[in-house]
Amino acid sequence: MSAQAALRTGAHGAPVRSAQTAVRRHPPLYRRRTLVAWGFALPFVLLFLTFTAGPVLMSLAMALTDLRSRDLRSPLAVDFVGLENVRAVLADPLFRKAAANTAYFVLVGVPLTLCLALAVATVLNSGITRLKTLFRVGYYMPVVTSIVAIAVVWRFLLHPDVGLVNEVLGWFGIDGPNWLESTTWAMPAMIAMATWRSIGTLIVIFLAGLQGVPASLHEAAALDGAGAWQRFRYITVPSLRPTILFGAVITGIGYVQFFEEPFVMTQGGPLNSTLSVAFQTYNQFGFGNYGYAAAMSYVLFVAVVLLTLLQFRLLGERDEPRRRRRRAARDIPEEVGP
Amino acid sequence: MSAAERVEARQGGPGSRRRTAQGGFGEPRPHPVAYAVLGLGLVVVVSPFVWMALSSLKTEGEIRQVPPTWWPEAPTFDNFRELFARLDFPQFFGNSALVATAVTLGNLVFCSMLGYVLAKSEFAGKKLLFRVVLGTLMIPGMVTLVPLFVLVANMGLVNTYWGLVLPFLAAPFGVFLMRQFFLGLPDELIDAARVDGASEARIFVQIAVPLAKPALATLAIITFLGSWNNFLWPLVVATTEEKYTLPVALALYSTGQNQTDFGLLLAGATVVVVPVLIVFLALQRFFVQGVAMTGIK
Repeated sequence: MSAQAALRTGAHGAPVRSAQTAVRRHPPLYRRRTLVAWGFALPFVLLFLTFTAGPVLMSLAMALTDLRSRDLRSPLAVDFVGLENVRAVLADPLFRKAAANTAYFVLVGVPLTLCLALAVATVLNSGITRLKTLFRVGYYMPVVTSIVAIAVVWRFLLHPDVGLVNEVLGWFGIDGPNWLESTTWAMPAMIAMATWRSIGTLIVIFLAGLQGVPASLHEAAALDGAGAWQRFRYITVPSLRPTILFGAVITGIGYVQFFEEPFVMTQGGPLNSTLSVAFQTYNQFGFGNYGYAAAMSYVLFVAVVLLTLLQFRLLGERDEPRRRRRRAARDIPEEVGP
Repeated sequence: MSAAERVEARQGGPGSRRRTAQGGFGEPRPHPVAYAVLGLGLVVVVSPFVWMALSSLKTEGEIRQVPPTWWPEAPTFDNFRELFARLDFPQFFGNSALVATAVTLGNLVFCSMLGYVLAKSEFAGKKLLFRVVLGTLMIPGMVTLVPLFVLVANMGLVNTYWGLVLPFLAAPFGVFLMRQFFLGLPDELIDAARVDGASEARIFVQIAVPLAKPALATLAIITFLGSWNNFLWPLVVATTEEKYTLPVALALYSTGQNQTDFGLLLAGATVVVVPVLIVFLALQRFFVQGVAMTGIK
């Protein structure tokens, strides 16, 4: 649907059969419509330029200078340093520690969240009708809850003596660690909490995607003797690939910016074992190293983009569709031309 | 069938009968094991909330008991009473409600106006506008935090309601959601009104907006709760207690010397969470619609 619309809008002057073609033959009407449309867009655009686009550009300018908090009163004293900040960030051992922690969080957390959500969604979709709303609502509850309240509850849950987690582990004869005070176990605790907090959104997305998998495919495979796992592996997963990609991308974007959990739970400790890049950026802003911190935030942005591209590579469409898409991509610029 | 319709069908709205009929032979019968697995998962996900609510009714002594108790031995509201005596919760609640309402109204108006023209009008600069707005969805919040604060400080809006509201009035997510919805409206409907000589403003107000009620409801609820739970920006901008929102008040109270007052903190968490959960339970289908609308297609 959206691809079709994009084609239509992208194809200025192309022979597309639609009502819009008529508009383009009458430039005065098109010009008037442009004016009206920008009138509609104006309030949003003004707010957007002021409070989003402006700060993004200002941050970029900061990243290329040695701006510190005391320079705000005399901006002329600030020097342009180019990519010096980025070099300093990449060489900083604390940043490297934070980057390693963030990578650990993302590389374990994203697949874990995706797999659990896919498993729950698949089971929910296997013909369960009773209690379906209860399950969906229950799994979604953490998503709508304030992180501050979650932090309070989880600090209590993870308490070594009076916490529910270690109590339950004790039933199975496991002596649970002092989660948030342990350099080994603090990060797994963060990952568990993030998974618990994000799984609801993905379940809803996967459920919507599963509705699009034709039941006839499953029926045919079942007649051919395919078991439940084989049908999941060779029918559900391939059919769901675009949905899984979307889920991986939004989860990845969120997890790379991993900040709130350590901020409210551990303050990056113990011994920086839960310090994330976003948290380190926040700290550097707090210390007044604006240029340095802005450079770090852009490093984070690049990481988000790279992860997204990687996910498109790994999970994107395969074979036939990819070739077709490339051809389509080649065709569009020709149509856009004068 | 659009994503929203599919969601409705799943919930037993119009058309659900057709789906069951289709299901027929091929769909496997739900296995008892499926219910067991889902039930176990549900217990894991929901029990922190239950434990929070039950423990907030315990005395500090019972909370620290080893092994922990599940059901409060002598339920008491003392934690809540003491919390309300120490902190001005009605004020924080009012602040949260005011900020969230203002942000929601702004997003409904501005995002639907832009979303409408992006979906239903041809104009110069449309593609660029859409790409720029959508592109910012990928930019980490950290990038804009300090420049935004400097900007708000220069405008003299630190520790004001305007400072809490203005930066969130125009969110790209809302534009994306509204555009996706308006794309699904038939072109003929809009074109017919245009041929009849209706102005774009009139078409928008009298045709597009009334049809977009489900999408607007979804956007309203998602925006409201997002704003209600927003934490970092109010923490930075609200500098005195009379401007604190609920999460900020709880966050500041829960760090430092009160860190170990579990009873009070759990009562605070309950106060923050329970109203949200009630709203969510009452309106849960709109969340599902929102996710389905923006997520698929």
